[in-house]
Amino acid sequence: MSKVMRYIGQAACYGLFIGCIGYFSTSPAYVLLEPGQAVLKLSVTHAGQIKQPCRRRSEEELAKLAPNMRNAMDCTRERSPVDVEIELDGRELYRATLAPTGLARDGASSVYRRFRVPSGAHTLRARLKDHMDLSDFNYVRESQVTLASGQVLVVDFDSRRGGFIFR
Amino acid sequence: MKTQVYERLQQVTRRGLARVEKLFDAAFGARANPLYYLGTLAFFFFWVVVVSGIYLFLYFDTGTVTAFRSVEYLTREQWYIGGVLRSLHRYAADAMVLTMMLHLLREFALDRYRGKRWFSWVTGVPLIWLVFFSGVNGYWLGWDRLSQYVAVATTEWIDWFGIFGQPIARNFLDQASVSDRFFTLLVFLHIGIPLFLLALTWLHMSRISRPRTGTPRPLVLGSLAALLLLAFIKPAVSQGPADLNTMPAAVSLDWFFLFVYPLFDRWGYGAVWALAGGLTLFVSALPWLAPRKAEPAAVVDPPNCNGCGRCFADCPYGAVVMQPHPDKPGHQLAAVNPDLCVSCGICAGACPSSTPFRSAAELVTGIDMPQLSIHALRARLDAALAQLRGPARVVVFGCDHAADVGALREAGVATFSLLCAAQLPPSFVDYALQDGRADGVLVTGCDGADCHFRLGNTWVEQRFTHEREPHLRTRAARERVRVAWAGVADVERLRKELTAYRRELRLSTVEPSNEEPTRNSGMECAVNE
Repeated sequence: MSKVMRYIGQAACYGLFIGCIGYFSTSPAYVLLEPGQAVLKLSVTHAGQIKQPCRRRSEEELAKLAPNMRNAMDCTRERSPVDVEIELDGRELYRATLAPTGLARDGASSVYRRFRVPSGAHTLRARLKDHMDLSDFNYVRESQVTLASGQVLVVDFDSRRGGFIFR
Repeated sequence: MKTQVYERLQQVTRRGLARVEKLFDAAFGARANPLYYLGTLAFFFFWVVVVSGIYLFLYFDTGTVTAFRSVEYLTREQWYIGGVLRSLHRYAADAMVLTMMLHLLREFALDRYRGKRWFSWVTGVPLIWLVFFSGVNGYWLGWDRLSQYVAVATTEWIDWFGIFGQPIARNFLDQASVSDRFFTLLVFLHIGIPLFLLALTWLHMSRISRPRTGTPRPLVLGSLAALLLLAFIKPAVSQGPADLNTMPAAVSLDWFFLFVYPLFDRWGYGAVWALAGGLTLFVSALPWLAPRKAEPAAVVDPPNCNGCGRCFADCPYGAVVMQPHPDKPGHQLAAVNPDLCVSCGICAGACPSSTPFRSAAELVTGIDMPQLSIHALRARLDAALAQLRGPARVVVFGCDHAADVGALREAGVATFSLLCAAQLPPSFVDYALQDGRADGVLVTGCDGADCHFRLGNTWVEQRFTHEREPHLRTRAARERVRVAWAGVADVERLRKELTAYRRELRLSTVEPSNEEPTRNSGMECAVNE
């Protein structure tokens, strides 16, 4: 092969090389949301109530314990699972019973989910029950929300601030 | 059965690669074919990323707002240096992924992943993960719309394991969730991971002697110029500042690093973990899933080893070491580590005792290959020379991993396929030519920078040009010795070379040498001259 042809061949190879890198470094674009879609992020971290209330130990029970361990009250650390429900326009978007974390099951229950939802006006209802013995949800929030296309609505939870926060 | 499937896959891939390599050979020449330097090219691109990254680091601000601004400053205000280096940083990283993956494919196709080579293969697997960690981590730093997507998707992917008390994706719920200190952590990781990668690269190459880390200058300059050209034609730009309160409708993905991300939406995070983990395990286990039949390692014969150290110097895998001789104080003795020996036979070709001129009926050399001993080679050569008839009689010495020399067999041509071309002691060339038993010797093997055993063809050339011992005898007429490297796909080219060579020999006026070759005792370290 002549020198000129070799240089042309090399130029073609380098052209292919940077063409491949140049194209695939940005293309094709990846569509994250279709037009008319918004995002709802559910993020809850909440420690359920203590599963069992404290109880007083009997004299027999106390006698079986080492002298330095004779605490009159027996309080378990285990927490109750937490029920979480999200409804959008009356339709269930998410429903789960979240187990507490930790080896002793004494940690917070957590959930993080991302949903694609249609943009526009919606009725959003969020409910949480932090003890399995409760007959009904003890944290409830229902609001009218209007989502623009591409908007991210966060459904957060903070019991100190009254429960669910939509932002 | 399973091994046959893998080997079939290897052969198909190898044939395809050989065609492409041939095209590249034509353009770049066998000595600078980029496909023979994929590993070193990936290493070169790593350094381009490091050097360009150091400059970018000088101007980078760690903050939710300032990170984006500082990168924009480099891209827009300082486009002539900062912008170019940013583009170079990204494109060199992409080129690193490309060359690294091609390197993996090629090493598999060329059967360089199993047997004694398992270590380099297995240590290469975490390198791939580290390259991707570094790249994905880098995409967070610019804190644009792509960073936002990558941050959210990556943390959600990690959260799939549920190992954290709180999901780490909560750190990217909205704009207020991200703190400036987060970027300090990112920068720390973006420097730390490549340092770890560098250390592991050393481990990756640690089992081979004289590891090739350099790339031929024309390739370095050519690829650097090509990336610079790309940086000017298509500068790397940000995709707007990150805003976690909204989600972009689309992002321009870097598919080299982020090709797996669209699968999150289609398959779910668990399935993508299964894919990534499964592939990692599969690739790591490949050397044992398709085990190669163990080849015998080189064997040292102490009475014939004079401790010259040539085998130690030539072994491409550091399998030969020199030890104090147990019986001769002050002398050394070669020893072979069978776990490192790849059975290339280069040591036998380097041994001064491997000369066929020795009068011993049983030719035992200092270090030899049980599967093709020097004695057996001499016996086969003697038999072939006795039957060689016709004009322009040529003995062809080839290599099992290059062009099949068996395909060249015809009247007047005797062929020998060795474990590696460098298994051939140069004295065998003289031996074939002595007393006019053959008119010429053609030595062939892997082409250019693509020796199956890394250094075989280089050692042959150096031995033939007196740069490396044992030298080719100078009394052999140079016109009667021809070296023609030819890869697996180059049989036809080699056939043409042989035909032309035989024609030259027929026309040649060179008279066969009648000089009596020197007969060595085999224990001399002197050159056969």
